[in-house]
Amino acid sequence: MSPEGSENAAVVEAGPPILAPGHTYATITDKIASIVLVQKTKRGWWFGFTVSFALLMVLNLAIVYLLMVGVGIWGINIPIAWGFAIVNFVWWIGIGHAGTLISAFLLLMRQPWRQSINRFAEAMTLFAVASAGMFPMLHMGRPWLFYWLLPYPDTMGTWPQFRSPLVWDVFAVSTYATISLLFWFVGLLPDLATLRDRARRRVAQVIYGFFALGWRGSARHWHRYEMAYLLLAGLATPLVISVHTVVSFDFTIAVVPGWHSTIFPPYFVAGAIYSGFAMVLTLAILLRQFYGLEDFVTLQHLDNMAKILLATGLIVAYGYMMETFMAFYSGVPYDRYMIMNRMTGPYAPVYWTLITCNIAIPLTTLWFAKIRRNVAALFVISLIVQVGMWLERFVIVVTSLHRDFLPSSWGMYRPTNWDWATFAGSLGLFLTLFYLFIRFLPMISIFEMRGLVHEVNAKKG
Amino acid sequence: MKMNPLYGLMAEFETTGDLLSAAQHAYSAGYRQIDAFTPFPVEGLAEAIGFHQTYVSLLCLGGGLAGCLGGFLLQYWPNVFGYPLNIGGKPYNSWPSFIPITFELTVLCAGLATVFGMLILNGLPTPYHPVFNAPRFELATNNRFFLCIKARDPMFDAQQTRQFLEGMKAHEVSEIES
Repeated sequence: MSPEGSENAAVVEAGPPILAPGHTYATITDKIASIVLVQKTKRGWWFGFTVSFALLMVLNLAIVYLLMVGVGIWGINIPIAWGFAIVNFVWWIGIGHAGTLISAFLLLMRQPWRQSINRFAEAMTLFAVASAGMFPMLHMGRPWLFYWLLPYPDTMGTWPQFRSPLVWDVFAVSTYATISLLFWFVGLLPDLATLRDRARRRVAQVIYGFFALGWRGSARHWHRYEMAYLLLAGLATPLVISVHTVVSFDFTIAVVPGWHSTIFPPYFVAGAIYSGFAMVLTLAILLRQFYGLEDFVTLQHLDNMAKILLATGLIVAYGYMMETFMAFYSGVPYDRYMIMNRMTGPYAPVYWTLITCNIAIPLTTLWFAKIRRNVAALFVISLIVQVGMWLERFVIVVTSLHRDFLPSSWGMYRPTNWDWATFAGSLGLFLTLFYLFIRFLPMISIFEMRGLVHEVNAKKG
Repeated sequence: MKMNPLYGLMAEFETTGDLLSAAQHAYSAGYRQIDAFTPFPVEGLAEAIGFHQTYVSLLCLGGGLAGCLGGFLLQYWPNVFGYPLNIGGKPYNSWPSFIPITFELTVLCAGLATVFGMLILNGLPTPYHPVFNAPRFELATNNRFFLCIKARDPMFDAQQTRQFLEGMKAHEVSEIES
């Protein structure tokens, strides 16, 4: 099936090169469940968890200080009233989108290679959304009044401004978090039952049993389950597109040059998938390395993900080109200045680093199968793309705000230590949750991998 | 209602093919109170045991419609009746700006209805069920496939049904207590 059959050592004969041969239902269950139930917690896990937890405590400190003193501790000012908080919000939400895309969209497209990566990709989405969701609340001047954005019956007789993208964000991100959680949990149910049945300690049996809801694998239940799963996938796919579109509306609804652009919705969605798949690649490479999962997350998976990276990177590159072209073609002096300022102004180094990280490096290397199948190269490229996408959000937010229509209002944004601390802390939250996930839950979907073995055997037999 | 101390007979199979043919035999022999247990969904099994209906998709549709209507009305009522704001004479029913929230609530309510509908229709959570007493049933979430004929099936007879199950390629046939 794969034209590069001789390079992929996992391929023996007619089976798909996405699962190493020689696996049975039992070996798959053993391999994945034993990481959670049997193996002692690795020292590497403890080390990583400690670092992540320390960063989480930094977040704790940063948030407490912010709530005590106010947003003045950040580098924001007039005119740049949105700084790191919004950059981080958009970056994290974007990362989250890849997990849902793998789970939902690849299911609808009947791509069997999604089976081994969708569980930890969905978990990544949930934790990314958790990290993202804090920022809109924190960046408010009075975060304790965040609930005013919700349409609750209040004593003042007022309503939220439903015509505002900031309120749309509330609904979009809440919906996204809820649906992702439901999708992830529904996918986990049969695997929780597996863990319940294999757990040796009573505490583990009770806890997994509680969350497994008594799942017993009844054919009637599977029938409804598959229908529900398919429906959720069908719902989640347009949701992914709509959520990042609504996030892009935060910018496009304004009249600021460099923001008021109709290319933003598709450009943001493509950028989200770009950074998200980069994160999935980073995590996939680390997990398969440290937990010995090369049989399940094969080079073919990494190759496929790198191809998606290439495709979405090209769309992002098109977005940059169109922004630049339209800025000049429009003849509007403010838009022209905005683009010239990005390329030659005080933030020009950031802009050109962004172009290098997002376009120059990935879009010249990922064309070659040798690089797409080289684990070390992919790891480095995925990190570069993530940095590049963060820089892109920074350039969009800060360079458009710092010099807009009136030169007397121009200013500069310099992030403070608290800006960096909150950002690093959000990374700590994400990593802490992810470490807990890989320790206590099966990081690959066991029952879907069994289904894959079944398909492979059916094709051979 | 007299409780039968015997819940049913459970047969264990090693492959999905064996289970599928056994289920089809049982259904064509006239048994109706049958259920099968597998570690992953097996195509054709639900039909083989005579189970066709699924109301999950209807619940999804219902939830979606409720979310859509509710979401739109949530914005329409305050902006047209409750607290209309005259901003430059722009229309109160500015429906294009109501679309994002309406869409999100459609998806949210459809998703909630789908998941909770599926769980409720499946009767989950069920912490206890008699089939968990079957020997080696923990393999139902690993690599074995089970077929259960319940005692409350009108055609059930302890001896005959046992012989019937043993006649198919069952690895083991066992009784389950209620």
